[in-house]
Amino acid sequence: MSVLVAVLIVVLVAAVVIVVSAPLRASRVRARVSRHDDLEAERDAKYREIRDAELDYRTGKLSREDYEAIDGELRAEAIQILDRIEAEER
Amino acid sequence: MAGLGRACLLIALAVCAYGIWASLYGVRRARPEFSASGRRCVYALAGVLTVAFAVLEVAFLSNDFAFNTVADTSSRTTPTFYRAAAVWSSQEGSLLLWAWLLSLWSSLALFLTRKRMRDVASYATAVLLGLAGFFISLMIFYATPFATTRPRPMEGAGLDPLLRFPTMMIHPPMLYSGYTLCTIPLAFGVGALLARRVDADWIKVVRRFAFAAWLFLGLGILLGARWSYAELGWGGYWGWDAVENASLMPWLTGTAFLHSLMIQEKRGMLKVWNVSLVLATGTLAIMGTFLVRSGVLNSIHAFGGATLGVPFVTLIGVLIGGSIYLVVSRRDVLRSEHRIDSLLSRESIFIANNLVLVALCFVIFWGTYFPLISEALNGREASVGPPWFDRYTVPLALVLVLLSGIGPVIAWRRATLANARRNFSVPLGVALLTLVALLAAGVTQKPFAIAMFCCAGFVLGSIGQEFVRGAAARRAMAGEPAPVALLSLVRRNRRRYGGYIVHLGMAVLFVGVAASSSFQHANELGLSPGQSTRVGSYTVRYLRPTATITPKYDRAHTGSTLSLGAILDVSRHGRHVATLQPSEGFYASPGGQGSVSSLIGGQPVSHISMDAGITRDVWSAIAPNIEAPSLQRIVMAGNSKLGPEEGIVAIALLAREYLRHPPQAQFHLIVSPLVMWIWIGGLIVLGGGLIAVWPSPSAVRRRVAVRVRSRAERDLVRA
Repeated sequence: MSVLVAVLIVVLVAAVVIVVSAPLRASRVRARVSRHDDLEAERDAKYREIRDAELDYRTGKLSREDYEAIDGELRAEAIQILDRIEAEER
Repeated sequence: MAGLGRACLLIALAVCAYGIWASLYGVRRARPEFSASGRRCVYALAGVLTVAFAVLEVAFLSNDFAFNTVADTSSRTTPTFYRAAAVWSSQEGSLLLWAWLLSLWSSLALFLTRKRMRDVASYATAVLLGLAGFFISLMIFYATPFATTRPRPMEGAGLDPLLRFPTMMIHPPMLYSGYTLCTIPLAFGVGALLARRVDADWIKVVRRFAFAAWLFLGLGILLGARWSYAELGWGGYWGWDAVENASLMPWLTGTAFLHSLMIQEKRGMLKVWNVSLVLATGTLAIMGTFLVRSGVLNSIHAFGGATLGVPFVTLIGVLIGGSIYLVVSRRDVLRSEHRIDSLLSRESIFIANNLVLVALCFVIFWGTYFPLISEALNGREASVGPPWFDRYTVPLALVLVLLSGIGPVIAWRRATLANARRNFSVPLGVALLTLVALLAAGVTQKPFAIAMFCCAGFVLGSIGQEFVRGAAARRAMAGEPAPVALLSLVRRNRRRYGGYIVHLGMAVLFVGVAASSSFQHANELGLSPGQSTRVGSYTVRYLRPTATITPKYDRAHTGSTLSLGAILDVSRHGRHVATLQPSEGFYASPGGQGSVSSLIGGQPVSHISMDAGITRDVWSAIAPNIEAPSLQRIVMAGNSKLGPEEGIVAIALLAREYLRHPPQAQFHLIVSPLVMWIWIGGLIVLGGGLIAVWPSPSAVRRRVAVRVRSRAERDLVRA
């Protein structure tokens, strides 16, 4: 094995150790951030569902009664998510 | 540099082992820093395997025949373009490509989900590293790409000429990207089951990757079909070959998942089904790799040795056993939240679509593994051919295309007579018009093809109607002009309208398949210069032979030493249509006996020539008779009398003799209608898939979110 290869292997191992151990050397990751991002993603998905239901209704794939029921349900769920986000932010 | 490659594999294995431990420790002990460290192991793995892949790629490009895999699959006469792709033509190189792509896609998936579902993601990290570790172990213990030989051989065996085509440069990476992307939903599915978080959240996280897997796998399959049609000498694009089937099976179950996940998202139903589909798709992707690598089934594509059979079977056993255990043990949290309201609803159509897709997968699975099944049952290896597959898959494909037209227009929950009439009039009208047009054109035979054309008409009608109605709804909501409304509609609902475009593309593709397979004319015969034959309504005349020597002048740029062919004139009703120049390339064979045989003794490969058009392709292949006595005399004389450096003189004489006194050549001539629409349909599918998978710009998402939020709040106030 040439010196160059040996040096490259050492550099590679060092780089791997630095990358992998970074979170262990830093302060503990805040779990709260994860929850907040989950909720934001949930909220965006709920908004998409509201828009989807509206498009379904307007293109004739939901009856008026079904649309109103689904829309009300989805909006209520969206409000719940918004409340949870606000509670997280407080 | 082989030492660096070997060290990379050892470092990669150590990274996998530590990453699995750190991820599991982090999630079990609520230590997120360890989970983050585990995730970073995947990034580090991607870096290390990138170095390993670069080492091998440099070895191929620099003709370093000290590497066994370079000596076995490349040579100095292999064009540079193909030397770069030769890395994945060997078993060892393709294992490295698999692990490398897995590490890259896993890194992307874990980076994009780094702030979401950390418990699920930690388990998923462990699964992905476990799979990567498996492939790296194969490369360390069974088939290392960095094995070397001293002294270094002066020349390599060369790349299999069959693989010297541009589509072969990108077909395997596309297919492997699809396979490796299939393991990401698998990993997250296992994570969701282990974390008992099987609501729609994990599905939303993996949806984009499932779609990307589907897209890459589909693109890989399409490129493979194109290679088969445009490069191989048999004139078909799909032969129900074991390796082709292996790539189609996860694509089918992946398609089923992409549809059924919508029901879980919208109605909280089909949780067991969805998680089972994800696990099955991931397992089928591994089985697909196994088929290519193990050599357990005969295939024109399989090139693996039997050495990898046991480890792969063990892995597949663990995947299947583990999947069953997880699903059964989590059945309490996998209960549906709702029931189906009506059999005439979108939910029911999606379920029917899923059943057809899974039935297709089962038929293909049975047919593909039938040789193994039959050997296990009665000790004799029997296999089934294309007619067996066609008997079952054609009717199922018809139903599938029809459902792809019904799904987009049928109502959720329950369809009433009024909305059914409103939604189905146009598609049924287009289907009926198609039937009338076909009958008027005199197309009365081939009922399956006619039914497929009508189903495609139905899909065209339903998708067209959806775009028109959606744009109208958008105009009513936003007051935009029609073209802007159409663009906004697609931009704001990419997944839905991208999906519709995919449906349209699939219908177009199936029209091409039905037409080309049902109304094809083919002729195989021997012709001498001046003779002609008829293929369908076309007349093909053999005008004169062609011959080129030395790799430098190979018209197909594949590095053949000698290329013998013909110039064909194609005419219809007395009018010239096209000039075709099919040929066959003869390649160097370093181990060949004699100076001439070593230059042209390799596997000959047909270079087809075709005139492709929107309505039909005229396709031709030639098999020149190099065994003719006049040509063989030159070969034998050259072998016995000429030195190693003089063989090319005999090749030149052979080419001249072939031009002066051409022996009768065998031709394969095909006229196929609408083949072009298979590739156009594939491109439409690709375009629709890209639209569906492309992320919305965050700014747009934020703006939408703010507006819908204010509406939600306003409605709450009203309530």
